[in-house]
Amino acid sequence: MLTYTFRRLLIAIPTLLFISLIIFLLLDLAPGDPLAQMPLTVPPEVKQKMREALGLGEPIHIRYALWLKQFFIVEPLHIFDAMFGTNIGGDAQRIISWQTRSPVADIIAQRIPQTLWVVGLAYVVGVAIALPIGIISAYKQYSWFDQIGTFISMIGFSVPTFFTGVVLIIIFAVNLQWFPSIYNTTHKVTDWDSFVFQLRQMAMPVAVLALYNASQISRFMRASMLDNLRQDYVRTARAKGLKERVVVLTHVLRNSMIPVVTVIALGVPTIFGGAIITEQVFKVNGLGQLLITAIHANDLPMVQTLTFIFAILIVLFNLVADILYGILDPRIRYD
Amino acid sequence: MTDTNLVTAAAPAEAPSNQWRDVWRQFRSHRGAMLGLIVFAAILGSVILGPFIWSMDATFVDMRARNQGPSGAHPLGTDQLGRDMLARLMAGGKVSIAVGMTAMGLSIFLGTVIGISAGFFRRLDGVLMRLTDLFLALPLLPLLLVMVMLFREPLSKRFGPETGIFLLIVVAIGVTSWMQTARIVRGEVLALKEREFVLAARSIGTSPFKMIVRHILPNVLSPIMVSATLGIASAIITESALSFLGLGFPPDFPTWGRLLFDAVDQIQLYPMRVILPGIAISLTVLSVNYIGDGLRDALDPRIRGR
Repeated sequence: MLTYTFRRLLIAIPTLLFISLIIFLLLDLAPGDPLAQMPLTVPPEVKQKMREALGLGEPIHIRYALWLKQFFIVEPLHIFDAMFGTNIGGDAQRIISWQTRSPVADIIAQRIPQTLWVVGLAYVVGVAIALPIGIISAYKQYSWFDQIGTFISMIGFSVPTFFTGVVLIIIFAVNLQWFPSIYNTTHKVTDWDSFVFQLRQMAMPVAVLALYNASQISRFMRASMLDNLRQDYVRTARAKGLKERVVVLTHVLRNSMIPVVTVIALGVPTIFGGAIITEQVFKVNGLGQLLITAIHANDLPMVQTLTFIFAILIVLFNLVADILYGILDPRIRYD
Repeated sequence: MTDTNLVTAAAPAEAPSNQWRDVWRQFRSHRGAMLGLIVFAAILGSVILGPFIWSMDATFVDMRARNQGPSGAHPLGTDQLGRDMLARLMAGGKVSIAVGMTAMGLSIFLGTVIGISAGFFRRLDGVLMRLTDLFLALPLLPLLLVMVMLFREPLSKRFGPETGIFLLIVVAIGVTSWMQTARIVRGEVLALKEREFVLAARSIGTSPFKMIVRHILPNVLSPIMVSATLGIASAIITESALSFLGLGFPPDFPTWGRLLFDAVDQIQLYPMRVILPGIAISLTVLSVNYIGDGLRDALDPRIRGR
């Protein structure tokens, strides 16, 4: 298992390098000029110097290598410094956003909590709803519960999140006025009332994303339970006289969780990337919204860094899913 | 020996039953799929034939008639520039469905070619599957957004704003959604390759190309058809998501996603304008997904018998 993990980690390195090259080359074709908005009174020599300071004059492979160095060496050192108060990073050149002229990593660090709170919570809620629904609808296949569950999950992944979000806003924010339609990120939780407000403003985005996630995971759960319920060992367990509860919740559920856990792990990166639309609907200023504004403002370093972070997360959680599969299922041995 | 063979071969001729009729019979018994088919046909019909009956121009601006509710002149009301909503919905649907179909075609073509080559030619297998894994590891929605941002201007300069953006979005969705099809097709081809009829075909000297076209492709048609239907649904969603994020078609060029995006600003005053295109998208995607579900059951010979 350990050698397998190690080998997979080694394979992940060229994969990530290749993806970073794709992202870098794609963005390098961008038509935008970061100095386009400089005042015309700035003399051309100064402009040229600024260009070089931003690293624009160099040939492409040098810029790529420089970006890799900044991303993999300089930025982690700075994050380390910020966490432990050391000064290893020194004043090495960091990745600077063209929009705000501040380091990209700092802005991302500011945005991560919002994304994690709203989208991460939605994922947890979605999984918590999906598992029982999947179990019950598999156990009572073709019952009314199963039919309704199937229909709702069909709706869940057919109706785009920007539409469910907008409908919720119309119903609960405009007509009933229960929840605010816009997420207020400057809000701080200090006492009970502000905590309730925080819950209220999180309710709708979390509900939208939870429905979307739950509809997919519950289908997997149902299919996996159905596969296992038909197995011989279930009949054996029942024949031994075990209680139905034990048969379903211990024997079947444990075995059915194996593929579902990997699906859940594979879905984690979408917490960060796939929630772009929901963040846009409810004006949550998380990572997705940061990406959209960076794209509209032609802020290449920001777009590059964010896209690459999403790619790293995908590769990482693919690895986690494979390893989990190996740990949970003794029949699978990679060595 | 030969006699009994003749008899069994002659028996089906009396009760003609071919594969596609069985598939159709199974498909009809799937209630959701039939309903989906009817709804999708209705949407397709109203989008294609509707403009001939309701011949109002979707881009005609009538400032005096803006923000109107439903009336005889405008059955679904008008938008903030006085354009007729019914006409805009039909025009938008035409673009959305056209994008969905074309992007699905491209993605299925890529997926099938890559899947068959990977499954059939052992030498290509490793390389092509690595490529598929790489594409699966890409953050797709961010990359789609970046692609639209980068190539919107040059393409609309070269082909005109409408064709340029259409090409861009179709190609962008197509090249980022072929991976699942490729994987499924490869798996099927690998299993097919071990079958006797392939060996028989090879032993009479069939060339690889003929083999693929005549023996492999017809046998992998059913998974391809299923992923094609599901592909339409996801392509429509992706296109409307891009439009919703403001990175799709230009404003005066209606698609369902664009209509929804334009109406979100005035959601408190005119919620109907958001709901109509939203329902159109959702109904289309839902019906297509149900059709895909029914097709999957109907094309699966293990289920079909029951």
